[in-house]
Amino acid sequence: MAMITQLTKSERQLAIGVLLLIACIGLAFAGAGKDDPLAVHGFLIVASAILGIFAVISGYFAPEPGEDRFGSYYDTPSKVGLLIAMGWAAFGFFIGDWVAWQLAYPSLNFDAGWTSFGRLRPVHTTSVLFGFGGNALIATSFYVMQRTSRARLPDQLSPLFVLFGYNLFCLLAVTGYMMGVTQSKEYAEPEWYADIWLVIVWVTYFVVYLRTLARRKEPHIYVANWYYMAFILVMAMLHIVNNLAVPISFGSAKSYSLFSGVQDAMTQWWYGHNAVAFFLTAGFLGMMYYFMPKRAGRPLYSYRMSIISFWGITFLYMWVGSHHLHWTALPQWVQTLGMTFSIILLVPSWTAAANALLTLNGAWHKVREDATLRFMMVAAVFYGLTTFEGSFMAIRSVNSLSHYTDWTIGHVHAGALGWVAMITFGSIYACIPWLWKRETMYSPRLVEVHFWLALAGAVVYVLAMWNSGIIQGLMWRTYNASGTLAYSFVESLVAMHPYYIARASGGLLFLIGALVGCYNVWMTVRAPRPAEEGLVGDVPEPTATGQSGQQPAE
Amino acid sequence: MFGLHYWLESKTVGFALCIIIVASIGGVVEIAPLFTIHQTVEDSPEMRVYTPLEQAGRNIYVREGCYACHSQMIRTLRDEVERYGPYSLAVESKYDHPMLWGSKRTGPDLARVGGKYSDEWHVAHLVNPRDVVPESVMPAYARLLRNELRTDDLASHLKALRAVGVPYTDDMIANARADAYGQVSPDSPLAEGVSKRYGDATTVRVFDRNPDQLTEMDALVAYLQILGRLTDAAHKSTAQAGE
Repeated sequence: MAMITQLTKSERQLAIGVLLLIACIGLAFAGAGKDDPLAVHGFLIVASAILGIFAVISGYFAPEPGEDRFGSYYDTPSKVGLLIAMGWAAFGFFIGDWVAWQLAYPSLNFDAGWTSFGRLRPVHTTSVLFGFGGNALIATSFYVMQRTSRARLPDQLSPLFVLFGYNLFCLLAVTGYMMGVTQSKEYAEPEWYADIWLVIVWVTYFVVYLRTLARRKEPHIYVANWYYMAFILVMAMLHIVNNLAVPISFGSAKSYSLFSGVQDAMTQWWYGHNAVAFFLTAGFLGMMYYFMPKRAGRPLYSYRMSIISFWGITFLYMWVGSHHLHWTALPQWVQTLGMTFSIILLVPSWTAAANALLTLNGAWHKVREDATLRFMMVAAVFYGLTTFEGSFMAIRSVNSLSHYTDWTIGHVHAGALGWVAMITFGSIYACIPWLWKRETMYSPRLVEVHFWLALAGAVVYVLAMWNSGIIQGLMWRTYNASGTLAYSFVESLVAMHPYYIARASGGLLFLIGALVGCYNVWMTVRAPRPAEEGLVGDVPEPTATGQSGQQPAE
Repeated sequence: MFGLHYWLESKTVGFALCIIIVASIGGVVEIAPLFTIHQTVEDSPEMRVYTPLEQAGRNIYVREGCYACHSQMIRTLRDEVERYGPYSLAVESKYDHPMLWGSKRTGPDLARVGGKYSDEWHVAHLVNPRDVVPESVMPAYARLLRNELRTDDLASHLKALRAVGVPYTDDMIANARADAYGQVSPDSPLAEGVSKRYGDATTVRVFDRNPDQLTEMDALVAYLQILGRLTDAAHKSTAQAGE
């Protein structure tokens, strides 16, 4: 195991110690849980820990890494993280497309409990947002942080703990939903024990970040790291507050949220919308601010625009969650604040998007030729469009039509497919050859194929949902001449059918694109190294000594 | 300002602290007052808590992810009030840990579905939605009719709910399991306890038409039938507005 040989002796011992502790906790859950789903998760934790122990033992007696390791970056967690991210993408997109077809043809759930829409829907959202997105963020954050700080990660073990610990959280979450273990809070569905575990992992993550930044040789912290830091810190805050709950016992997976009713709703959407802000926006902006200038070979367009957009996003986003609760029992003053700040938020959002697109000035010919850079460019365009749409939908009168309809689903996917997935694929296609020391991806043509499949899929999806959402919203509020409601609810459902088929087809294109991407990544990683270098195995990249070339213009 | 920022960027801990402070303001201003301003939640002294059976049904609703397609929040819009009933008040979800307001209506809103359809309709609909609504895309939940309801931990559910603020009495907690059976056994001595503890208006009947077994279907239908009926505050406030 190449991963283990990079650990020092004491790190290998510590790893076994930590894994044994995790196994004990898992065993305790398995015992206390009896016939509760918690017991299944207990065994899952034990199995994961034992697997880890075997892995460490298999490399335990290998020679230790030399002191010269400090002269190069530690990229193993980034490599493993990106491969895991691609795996979650394929899985999460597949589940998403499956449930999309279920809405057109309900018998496609084959009448099993775990395959019903209600249980699979969080499996889809968690796999894509946290599995695919989260792993990509962790992997790229380690990569970017080292290079922009010109410092190696502080040790070999804690980044691996963060990565694998995070994936254990995702695994507990997804298997839990299939068994019916859920808090029902959107994007915060995992139950109390998984939530506590994530806090431990996340604190470690932040400590790794701080320790690396403390070792930096660059006097200034690069923009990308501001965003990654905001992502880590604010997600911790949101996660802890929104998941406060009292378990019914330590032998049960079930807990009850500390808050109820209107306070719970506000806390949930303060969390929910800021998961969008600090996970799906700040984190991926961090990715974009590194990989786009790098790939384009241009410095970031404006330092000042970066500052305005960063602090604007950090301050304003936290106010806007209440736009999810327009016209509800939430007091109107909170709704009004949410709407107002949502509109102001367009300023930093578009500043960030413009800063990205203007960075491409002088490199537009590369956008035409290079599908990887084009992924990033289209992502920035979708980011601009989606943030505009978001501010628009946050207006109370628009929201009265759009809320509860497929328009929201279309909006979310414009962001998730168009922005998050596109910037991630672009960054992965840039990063994989750099990490594995290849000239290019295995097949640049397949990158091109993936680009067009992804773009076509996203456009079909979003157009279908705009149509169905607006039709739905209008049908629900249409009155006939005698002053009564013109359509029954079921009539609006029937009208959705063609759009649900179109949406599932768009999703299928997007899924096929991701599978093409998985194949391409796998072939790149497996390809034999260029013979002229005459080296076997992985050669770490030396830590840069000169200017990193990452500081922005101005 | 940019000069100050240039300095701040070189301070890791200072930068992190600034992020925490700047990001805390919005939440503090919008959320904290909801706990302190009295008008946020209306008064409704006669509102009752969920019975153990209804709470168990609510947990099944959560487990199956019903909230992904059904909202429980009627907005203050004319068409919604005409379609679903009086708009929802904050007090109506006062005991809802967590709230199930929802964010998407692939199916209709359920905030006032209680009493709208018969138990038979609900059971038939849950067993196979397309038997009663041919165009429905809802999954079938026939297995709820076969699954026995887990009752051994109902007391600890009520205890946890009391810990987060739902006013369950010691009496209610001690009799949680008996009350779950009592609510589906109309002519038994157990039924009296349910009426005594949760009020005479509490529905006591065999929800799933199978008197021999306490099933998950009983619990879910009992929950669906109480939706919108824990208090009549919403009907009162609409009546007042009309005067």
